[in-house]
Amino acid sequence: MFQDFSLWPASASSNSGSIDALYLFLIGISVFFSLLIVTALLFFSVRYRRRPGHRAQQIEGSLPLELLWTGVPLVLCLFIFAWGTRLFYRTQTMPEEGMRFHVTGKQWMWKIRHPSGQSEINTLHLPVGQKILLTMISEDVIHSFFVPAFRVKKDVLPGMYSSLWFTPTQVGTYHLFCAEYCGTKHSEMGGQVIVMDPAEYQAWLDGRPSERNPLANGALLFQNLRCDTCHTPGPSARGPELAGRFGRDVTLSDGQTVRFDERYVRESVLEPAKRLSAGFQPLMPSYQGQIGESDILDLSAYLKSLRSSRSPQ
Amino acid sequence: MSQKPPTYLGGEYGMRSWLLTLDHKRIALLYLLGVTFFFLLGGVFAVLVRLELLTPAGDLFQSETYNKLFTLHGVFMVFFFLIPGIPAVLGNFLLPLMIGAKDLAFPRINLLSWYIYMVGGLFTLYAMLAGGVDTGWTFYTPYSSTYANSHVIAAALGIFVSGFSSILTGVNFIATIHKLRAPGLSWFRLPLFVWAHYATSLIMVLGTPVVAITILLVAVERLFHVGLFDPALGGDPILFQHLFWFYSHPAVYIMILPAMGVISEVIACFSQKRIFGYKFVAFSSLAIAVLGFLVWGHHMFVSGQSLYAGVVFSLLSFLVAIPSAVKVFNWIATLYRGSISFEAPMLYALGFIGLFTIGGLTGLFLATLAVDVHVHDTYFVVAHFHFVMVGGTVMAYLAGLHFWWPKMLGRLYPETLARITAVIIFVGFNLTFLPQFVLGYLGMPRRYHVYPLEFQVLNVLSTAGASILGLGFAMTAVYLPWSLRYGKKATPNPFDARGLEWTTTSPPMAHNFEEVPVVSTEAYERDEPEVVHV
Ligand SMILES: [Cu+2]
Ligand SMILES: [Cu+2]
Repeated sequence: MFQDFSLWPASASSNSGSIDALYLFLIGISVFFSLLIVTALLFFSVRYRRRPGHRAQQIEGSLPLELLWTGVPLVLCLFIFAWGTRLFYRTQTMPEEGMRFHVTGKQWMWKIRHPSGQSEINTLHLPVGQKILLTMISEDVIHSFFVPAFRVKKDVLPGMYSSLWFTPTQVGTYHLFCAEYCGTKHSEMGGQVIVMDPAEYQAWLDGRPSERNPLANGALLFQNLRCDTCHTPGPSARGPELAGRFGRDVTLSDGQTVRFDERYVRESVLEPAKRLSAGFQPLMPSYQGQIGESDILDLSAYLKSLRSSRSPQ
Repeated sequence: MSQKPPTYLGGEYGMRSWLLTLDHKRIALLYLLGVTFFFLLGGVFAVLVRLELLTPAGDLFQSETYNKLFTLHGVFMVFFFLIPGIPAVLGNFLLPLMIGAKDLAFPRINLLSWYIYMVGGLFTLYAMLAGGVDTGWTFYTPYSSTYANSHVIAAALGIFVSGFSSILTGVNFIATIHKLRAPGLSWFRLPLFVWAHYATSLIMVLGTPVVAITILLVAVERLFHVGLFDPALGGDPILFQHLFWFYSHPAVYIMILPAMGVISEVIACFSQKRIFGYKFVAFSSLAIAVLGFLVWGHHMFVSGQSLYAGVVFSLLSFLVAIPSAVKVFNWIATLYRGSISFEAPMLYALGFIGLFTIGGLTGLFLATLAVDVHVHDTYFVVAHFHFVMVGGTVMAYLAGLHFWWPKMLGRLYPETLARITAVIIFVGFNLTFLPQFVLGYLGMPRRYHVYPLEFQVLNVLSTAGASILGLGFAMTAVYLPWSLRYGKKATPNPFDARGLEWTTTSPPMAHNFEEVPVVSTEAYERDEPEVVHV
């Protein structure tokens, strides 16, 4: 029962230290104010306890005191707010470059796909010291990807991508939890994050049965689903040319624009008529039910790769 | 003294006279029975949850059962104990007495709201007996609307129905406070308990319809597969959270504002002082009621709402902390130069100040964006809201119940036993919930049936604390009813308190006062006689 008992979580990512610092500052503030209040309470209780010959003295109030105990907490709160918000902004803004992993949550497991195509379930092997970017989606209800040692957590939603990043800084094995209640086996929806030396990670990857990597799988899907019959270059194309589109803005038939990103690719595959590119007819069928979430992500990865090779003028 | 009219307890007897009563005091006792029943029910679920968590493995219950247990604990405690608790029992009994009225503005509606509450509660009880609900009290979609195969609709319907009871009570209180104050009782002469209930009523009336509509939408999606919240049907996965917390954050203030009102009364009485900074305490209640509607997004910092929404909600959440801090400081200042005695209600009130302070301060952790990312949905949150709900609301409820018990029922409870119990509850509470803050920062998620071995020590401590806490509640549940028969008869004002409710008999007569009281002094005034009769 006392095995591994501790009062402080392991600290294993680039974010942990700065979040712990703010947490400790908050503890300091809390202890200070709790002690202040409890000391005053106990002191007054003893000093002004009821006894013969002693009467209470009525005091209406004091404006300076009211201003003091409104003002001081307000300034402190604004300070904590500013600190917390800066840190949040820094830790939530997704970096441009890094190793991109795909995470799919479903009742009650995590499916993970490495940048080089290997996949695993409920375990996530990572190289130490690399920026890790996760693109996550759920196949059913809301889950939440939580690694306490990294101080990161993000809800994983059905129908909508969410993303998360961190840099593991310590080799070791850490808990992976689902933090959003998701049904019967919610508490068993988790596993381990194993942070390894880059060389060991490579060796681990090499030892996995080779699977099709996301690009190759995306390319294959693009053919098998017959995307290429309409989305081809040339004047007779029935759908927009897709090469070089990823990451740019698309003009829609109603004149609005939308960023061509993973979210837009997913929507266009499942509900093509919802936001139609300008100048095209709503001819594309929906692929709802014919393609899984991880395949859609691979399709995105493939379309993204078309940027450099077939970029139009 | 010989020709007193009969008290509200005397006069008519029999089931019929109680079940059809229009007397706010009798209705308050009906509520007391209902609220106590649901509190005990919720408490039993809590005990079972804590027993299961004694060991890391799920050895006592199946996961399915465990999930139903914590759901029912939350549902019954929140919707059928914490929300109606203080307003419907103490507020119902005391508001007319405190403002010198014969009854609430709408006595029939008052009785109706009790029936609605009971129907709602029993419907939820039916859902429980029919097989339970396993969605958590928060009913997050699309789990609740599409995936859960438990009795979601029945439970939700029970909550939906009981919401109307809340709305009606709120309307009744607002009308009563506006229209039925005794001559001379201007707004700034009102006891702070009344101010707190006024602010609470505003939230009940404005907030409750939103949760009612939300519940209805969940039922519509579940029954007719209309896509509202489930993306697979074309809905929005986080819309539900916005709607739910738009009510359920303000609902936290429905639970805590009346508690703060009780604390003001108790502190004033047992320190023999007027409340320091009366107007600041009064207006801070209104400030909380208004700001409380603007902070719901702090439950969704990691949900995928936009970064900028998170920033705004974080800022507003810090601001809502200020009026609560103002109250605490004013209570402490009230003790200064007082003449303080430590009867059971005062022990609960002092306990409240300590525990609510910790509850409030740990709320700042959750309002801080970067820190909330880590502690969101962990035991840190569980500990925080139990400090506010149990350390705050339940402590205040017990303070108020003991303070006004002699007034309500005309009997004194055994004082020493009550003081010992207050200390037991305080100790048990801290042992239960302090370890959970540590557990949360370590990363133990909430609603976990099984957990890693390294979390066991803290869970054992917590369960040990819960058993002490449970002992305290059980003792209360014994000696309070015992006092009805064996307690000493209470005088009209056993604690030398101020306020109109103490100027009438204990228990009060059916129409509260022999003559309409006329008020010529401020609340808690001690230097001159407070009330003159004309
Ligand atoms: Cu999950
Ligand atoms: Cu809230």
